[in-house]
Amino acid sequence: MAELVRGRARRRRGAAPRTWPIHVVLTVAAVIMVVPFAWQILTMFKTTAEATRIPPTVLPEAFSTRAFATFFSTVPFWSMFAVSVGALVLRVAGQLAVAALAGYAFARIPFRGRNALFGLFIGMLMVPSQLFLIGQYDLMKGLALLDTLPALAIPGMFSAFGTFLMRQAFLTMPKDYEEAARLDGANTLQVFWYVMLPMARPTLAALSVLTGLYSWNDLLWPLIVSPSGENRPLPVGLAGLQGQFGTDYPTLMAGAFVCSIPLVIVFLVMQRQFFAGIASSGLKG
Amino acid sequence: MTSVTSKPVRRPAGRRTGVTDPGGRRAGVSEPGGRWALVFVAPAVLGLAALYLWPFLSTFTKSFQDVPAFGPATFVGLDNYRALLSDEEFWKAFRNSALYTAIILLGIPVAVVLAALVEQVGRGRAVYRVLFFLPVVTLPVAIGMVWRFIYNGDFGLLNTVLSWFGVPAQFWVADARFTVYAFGVVGIWMSLGINMIILGAGLQAIPKALYEASSLDGAGRIRQFVHITVPLLTPSIFFVTILSVIAALQMFDLIFVMLRGVNNTALADSKTIVYLFYEKAFVQFHQGYGAAIAIVLLLVIMIATALQFRLQRSWVFYG
Repeated sequence: MAELVRGRARRRRGAAPRTWPIHVVLTVAAVIMVVPFAWQILTMFKTTAEATRIPPTVLPEAFSTRAFATFFSTVPFWSMFAVSVGALVLRVAGQLAVAALAGYAFARIPFRGRNALFGLFIGMLMVPSQLFLIGQYDLMKGLALLDTLPALAIPGMFSAFGTFLMRQAFLTMPKDYEEAARLDGANTLQVFWYVMLPMARPTLAALSVLTGLYSWNDLLWPLIVSPSGENRPLPVGLAGLQGQFGTDYPTLMAGAFVCSIPLVIVFLVMQRQFFAGIASSGLKG
Repeated sequence: MTSVTSKPVRRPAGRRTGVTDPGGRRAGVSEPGGRWALVFVAPAVLGLAALYLWPFLSTFTKSFQDVPAFGPATFVGLDNYRALLSDEEFWKAFRNSALYTAIILLGIPVAVVLAALVEQVGRGRAVYRVLFFLPVVTLPVAIGMVWRFIYNGDFGLLNTVLSWFGVPAQFWVADARFTVYAFGVVGIWMSLGINMIILGAGLQAIPKALYEASSLDGAGRIRQFVHITVPLLTPSIFFVTILSVIAALQMFDLIFVMLRGVNNTALADSKTIVYLFYEKAFVQFHQGYGAAIAIVLLLVIMIATALQFRLQRSWVFYG
């Protein structure tokens, strides 16, 4: 036994320094991940002439912030930012409310037709979003909501996925708390609000992050629903820059940087919620 | 367990002596839920019916109609589908999407290896995770713009780097021979972070005892990876594969940002299914034709997913 322990200790001691090959591989991979961002950041401080020189320079010769001045003076960044944030807040708040209520009912309140209804939700979950776009567009157009903030947010407030996620969360919670509250005279809404919702906080956070990320990044729906270009969120405005600035790469890179950085900061602050959100469900689609 | 359940029984007894509490009246735990269920479910059901179920049925109906931009639609039977299947543009888009999806799948083994390596690291793990995740929280439009610059044929970074190895300059996003591969590289780069997080959750569920036992038997890290990590991770790998295929078949943003504009002739030969759908339904406003593309997309995704579930039996290991 002693021999065994000693052998294991030796092996462990021998294994410890061997983490450096892992770090080498991971560092190389991480550098590849970061190079495009680094190149973007270096480019945005160059002059247009320097950015298109062959062979390229690595560090900017004359550190110039002209690209940012050009970007902010030609692009209504703050109004686009406000639209992006407004759509995100509406969408996340709406989806949390709708999905938590329905998810609780599907998990805990027996009613006739519950399974069939839930089956319909699951069916919706499997349909790619493009199948809804034409009808959603017709609906927004019919309601005269094109080019408005509500049009950006409304479809995303309702989500079969969110409902499903909340139902799963409520299903795993012990029934005892609920029964205790009920015996104390709480009605269903009170049980939901005071007992169940606080316990679902991690799932609510995960759903917020996923919904927020999707709302912030989405291009196709905002493109469709803001035809005139008024009230466009950041992705649509940024995509429009390309034609406007052509080969002024420093300005294009500066614009891409400025529009991306808000969410990157939020991510750095709330890493745990982002990772938990992604792990709990997987984004995409 | 008993102590937990006994508590609530005791409390209402005390409460009931408090006379004014109306709760005493409906203290029955089995309060009929029908009324409340309606209140709770109504917003979700109405929203999903109006914004998802109806649009879905509308897309389905329109795929059998000729829908002019103005005026009433007319039923045309299978004409849209027939036109679609004999449209070389559609088949090109179909091939491009399939090729892009195949390239994206090559990123999964990379994600598996990297996720396993990150899991081995003690200090510094958080830094790696953040770096790999950055593209996930960056606007896809911004990513497209940056890569478009890197891929530029005249002064892009990629050509400069490749020239060190004697590779001649190419127009990666202006030459239709390369565009889909160029998207594929960016697609892998973008999704590595998400895949690694999902796989990381799977890795943490593998019992540590298995590694300890096998290292006592003298198994090295690589053998452990091949014989323990990969087999036990296959359910997570399968999940990531399903998600990746669905997402890849819906690729739109990159092509929109990287190919549009300045008389890029490569766009015509590089369209994906969803880009073609966008163009037909929302630029040219042929809603009927666009709807047929959407229905075909649904069928393609359903078949691809069903196929993977069929294939999983031969490689996914449920311990």
